[in-house]
Amino acid sequence: MSISTRMAKAGTPTPPRRVFGLSILALGVWALTAYVFWTGLYQVHLINQAKTPMMPLIIGVIGLVMLYPLLPWARSLALNAGRTRALAASDLRGARASASSGRDSALTSLGFSAGFLVVAALLHFVTTNDAAVTKTFLRADFIAQSWSKVAEGFWINVQVAIGAEIIVLIAGLGIAIMRMLPGRPGRPLRWLATVYVDVFRAIPSIIVLYLVGFGLTIAKVPIVSDLSPTMLAIIALALTYTGYVAEVYRAGLESIHPSQWSAARSLGLSYGQTLRKVIVPQATRRMVPPLLNDFIGLQKDTALISIMGVIDSFMQARLISSSVFNLSPVLVVAVVFIIATIPQARFVDRLMAKDAAKLKAGAL
Amino acid sequence: MPFLEITDVHKSYGTNPVLKGITIDVEAHEVVCLIGASGSGKSTLLKCINALEPIDSGEIVLDGDPITGVGVDVNRLRRNIGMVFQSYNLFPHMTVLENITLAPILVGGVAKEAAEAHAIELLTQVGMEAKATAHPDSLSGGQQQRVAIVRAMAMRPQALLLDEITAALDPELVGDVLEIVRELAADGMTMLLATHEMGFAKEVASQVCFLHQGQILERGTPEQIFTDPQEERTRQFLHRVLASGRL
Repeated sequence: MSISTRMAKAGTPTPPRRVFGLSILALGVWALTAYVFWTGLYQVHLINQAKTPMMPLIIGVIGLVMLYPLLPWARSLALNAGRTRALAASDLRGARASASSGRDSALTSLGFSAGFLVVAALLHFVTTNDAAVTKTFLRADFIAQSWSKVAEGFWINVQVAIGAEIIVLIAGLGIAIMRMLPGRPGRPLRWLATVYVDVFRAIPSIIVLYLVGFGLTIAKVPIVSDLSPTMLAIIALALTYTGYVAEVYRAGLESIHPSQWSAARSLGLSYGQTLRKVIVPQATRRMVPPLLNDFIGLQKDTALISIMGVIDSFMQARLISSSVFNLSPVLVVAVVFIIATIPQARFVDRLMAKDAAKLKAGAL
Repeated sequence: MPFLEITDVHKSYGTNPVLKGITIDVEAHEVVCLIGASGSGKSTLLKCINALEPIDSGEIVLDGDPITGVGVDVNRLRRNIGMVFQSYNLFPHMTVLENITLAPILVGGVAKEAAEAHAIELLTQVGMEAKATAHPDSLSGGQQQRVAIVRAMAMRPQALLLDEITAALDPELVGDVLEIVRELAADGMTMLLATHEMGFAKEVASQVCFLHQGQILERGTPEQIFTDPQEERTRQFLHRVLASGRL
């Protein structure tokens, strides 16, 4: 291709494509969603009609919300017409702007419809079979009845989690340092630490709980077998999570660039002084997010201690559940765990984002 | 007696020999420049002198005291020899002042107030006293390197090892850092520096050593090396440096 033809080609501007097809698609998806959504609401109405007089009004208002995606859809139509007008007036820039905004509006309508579709499907799920799901999981009376006992049981979960976390923080550092011992004298301890980490990361925590909870008591191991089930649960979870946290410590310490070691040692600082003043302070910052992640895992695993006969929140919920033959109390436990975990997860996200931003700025 | 005697030092990384029999004598108050291509062993030699890397054979004697071999108190040795690195290696979690006073307080046993006063004095000499409370990441490369030099000087070392300290700097920042080294040389500091700044080497060095593949191929005064090199390799190297406009 010669230069002149290429120039000619670049000189012919391409008109923007129509938005019409996308608008039609958006309308179709909206119609489907509206049908599913409104039938779902109608079922809610059928199930609830007599009990709550306000219900039809609430359902009506929620039903109106379904009209929202039609707004951006209408805008996309108008903008499409604007594109045609601008092209007729050979206003290429205006046509492109209209088409671009129109496409954006049509996609917005599609996005909202898709979101409503998921909600509508959930609505059908909980109302299907004469609201069987709702009656199994969401019975308000059972939730109210079990709430206080479950919360009381959750206090045990909190105690076990905090107890295990304290042990894990200390023991994990010990194992990590053992794994990093240098030279031939360090080899036996290094080897043992490696075996520990491998073994306890491999065994599912529920099995460790089972073995510690029952085995140590049956074997009548002195001191340990006299401990309360709660204490045994703390030990069992600490055993498992020490393996994970030791690896977090090790990765954190090893992530500090060797040049920091060189700089500190060249100033005459000893191995220990370098570790304490230069390496550990920098490593801790990087260790906090993965450490908190492991702690969230540990907290969730405290629901497993009920197999050892500890009356924690899950055990409480199961006891109530089996007496009323309904799973609503167990849903309460799930919600309690969600409430306890989400703030921590967001906190970790924020720490990691901050770290990433720092890394980008070349500060770390 | 020379202040620093390096005798027939050998060093390999695995099966890859990096230093193949290096011998250098450095008199007190002398400035020795190590020149040569990347990978010729300049940095490794400096690290060996500071015991950051162990040597395989040979001997290094500092002020009459052998500093290589088993059982040497490396921490004491390093107190007497300062080192400055190409990538500054400041401690990012500490302020400039903390970077400088860490070793004097922790290792040198100096009182905090005295260490800080000395640090401020040194910072003033390099025009950095206003940045005492700043963190390294808020400084330019040239400023960080000036702080790194001050950090090494704060231990009042008898000798300084400078490992391509301007190689990572933007060209317009090189001058400030070299000016400090020039002043140190004028004050009589014993220095061993690996550098690519030939013009600077010519100006401050009392002895220039050309390293090639782990050996000192040629040594002499700057005049000898830069105006009348005897070895073909030295000529080729200087020719390439000249062609890149750095001499």
